[in-house]
Amino acid sequence: MADKILQVNHLSKAFGSNQVLRDIDFTVAKGDVTSIIGASGSGKSTLLRCINLLEIPTSGEILYHGENVTGRGYNAAAYRSHVGMVFQSFNLFNNMTVLENCIVGQVKVLKKSRDEARTHAMYYLEKVGMAPYINAKPRQISGGQKQRVAIARALAMDPEVLLFDEPTSALDPEMVGEVLNVMRSLAREGMTMLVVTHEMAFARDVSNHVVYMNQGVICEEGTPAEVFGNPQMQETRDFLSRFRNA
Amino acid sequence: MGKFVQLFADIAKLWGKYGSSYITGMRNTLILALVGTVIGCLIGFVCGVLNTIPYTKNDPLPKRFLLKLVRAIVRIYVEVFRGTPMVLQAVFVFYGLPYFTDSALKFTNIWVAAILVVSINTGAYMAESVRGGIISIDPGQTEGAKAIGMNHVQTMTSVILPQALRNIMPQIGNNFIINVKDTSVMFIIGFPDFFAAHRAAVGASYLYFPSATVEMAGYLTMTLIASFLLRWAEKRLDGSSSYELVQEDQLTMTAGTYSHPDRGTPFDERSKEYRDQVSQELKYGRTRGER
Repeated sequence: MADKILQVNHLSKAFGSNQVLRDIDFTVAKGDVTSIIGASGSGKSTLLRCINLLEIPTSGEILYHGENVTGRGYNAAAYRSHVGMVFQSFNLFNNMTVLENCIVGQVKVLKKSRDEARTHAMYYLEKVGMAPYINAKPRQISGGQKQRVAIARALAMDPEVLLFDEPTSALDPEMVGEVLNVMRSLAREGMTMLVVTHEMAFARDVSNHVVYMNQGVICEEGTPAEVFGNPQMQETRDFLSRFRNA
Repeated sequence: MGKFVQLFADIAKLWGKYGSSYITGMRNTLILALVGTVIGCLIGFVCGVLNTIPYTKNDPLPKRFLLKLVRAIVRIYVEVFRGTPMVLQAVFVFYGLPYFTDSALKFTNIWVAAILVVSINTGAYMAESVRGGIISIDPGQTEGAKAIGMNHVQTMTSVILPQALRNIMPQIGNNFIINVKDTSVMFIIGFPDFFAAHRAAVGASYLYFPSATVEMAGYLTMTLIASFLLRWAEKRLDGSSSYELVQEDQLTMTAGTYSHPDRGTPFDERSKEYRDQVSQELKYGRTRGER
């Protein structure tokens, strides 16, 4: 197996008596584009948030290059700076301009100089087509634009893997395309990505690994051809048929 | 009508005799209120941040204990100084220090005592306002900051507090205006504020009502100017409601993605094209068809 970046072993998460994730095992290797699909409430987002330690797993471990990041006293902030995250609700910093959003992490966390951070931020803002808007505040731009800035902000930290938590679910249909295009080009360039999505076309065409989650467990996983073309489990077939008929 | 003429005459008389002491009183009141509010805000911010440091059951026991202890201390401070009158706090602090040190230590400068009392009192109110300001910020902002690897202090100073500050500006303004008025109780420890000027003036002239009129007008003037300045400051904090696009060509905005990073960006190519075009035009003039 190629370079394993992340390895999730027997991960479980419960909110009180509500068991959201049960015994999740999977790995992310360098260059993988993994799509996590499944119905709402199946634990997809919670899994992603556990991987970024925004939720503390109840049990199990997450290995980052073989090092357990869920242990006591582990520097979560340093780990998170290597694992980018793009949220459904964008979460751009409202008190900063588009450019500041992409600079602040580099300066405060990576301790880069402002000039260096600016150049780096501009590179990614141009890449996502947001360079003209660097002086705008988040409240002044559209949802699709916000999400593209959020992607640029995550990329500017030079993460090893980028997590996407339903990046297009809060967008109007006509804005979904612009964000998916950015994600497609990232995938082509070999960015390691872990995407929770309801966009089946994206999961099928762009990712090289698809994970279907149902009721807190990984029900089925494999290549897009395997999962979409020849699903083994009845649950997977039921889930996918809902999208075919739509 | 005659009474009003009388009133103006009395005010003129008061002003002629005690005008400078009224002015000094106003100045002292404003300085005390301003410095007290600023230091009070700093105390409030520190307390608010200490109160919102998150901990989970994964943190080591000493850290959790320390955080709980800090929260308890802040809580006691807030309850004590929010729950007692400032006039009493002034007496308590001013006479408490010499009492406990057998007069070895006392407030030789009345300003120190007055600023201390006003700051501590304001801080108790601000602590709660700041805490409210912090919890009113969308948790997504914290998550966004955490996700790029910021620690608690970085998250607070770069992302949360600037937004919380904007949200509690009306509260800060409230506190400043309350302080302008309520510092009048500082006469109890002999602070020469605006109200002390009234006491001095009527003590000698017995013109209670005319002096009170001067005081009413003076306090109202100070608070109105303060509200005006605060509104202006809030507008400044909000920043411009419009922004400038950095590219002159509207079409490049929709250019979207570009998947050849090593070959530069669409904007490089476009501006090169544009430069070539401009130099051509300068040399040969614009062709008719293009116009």
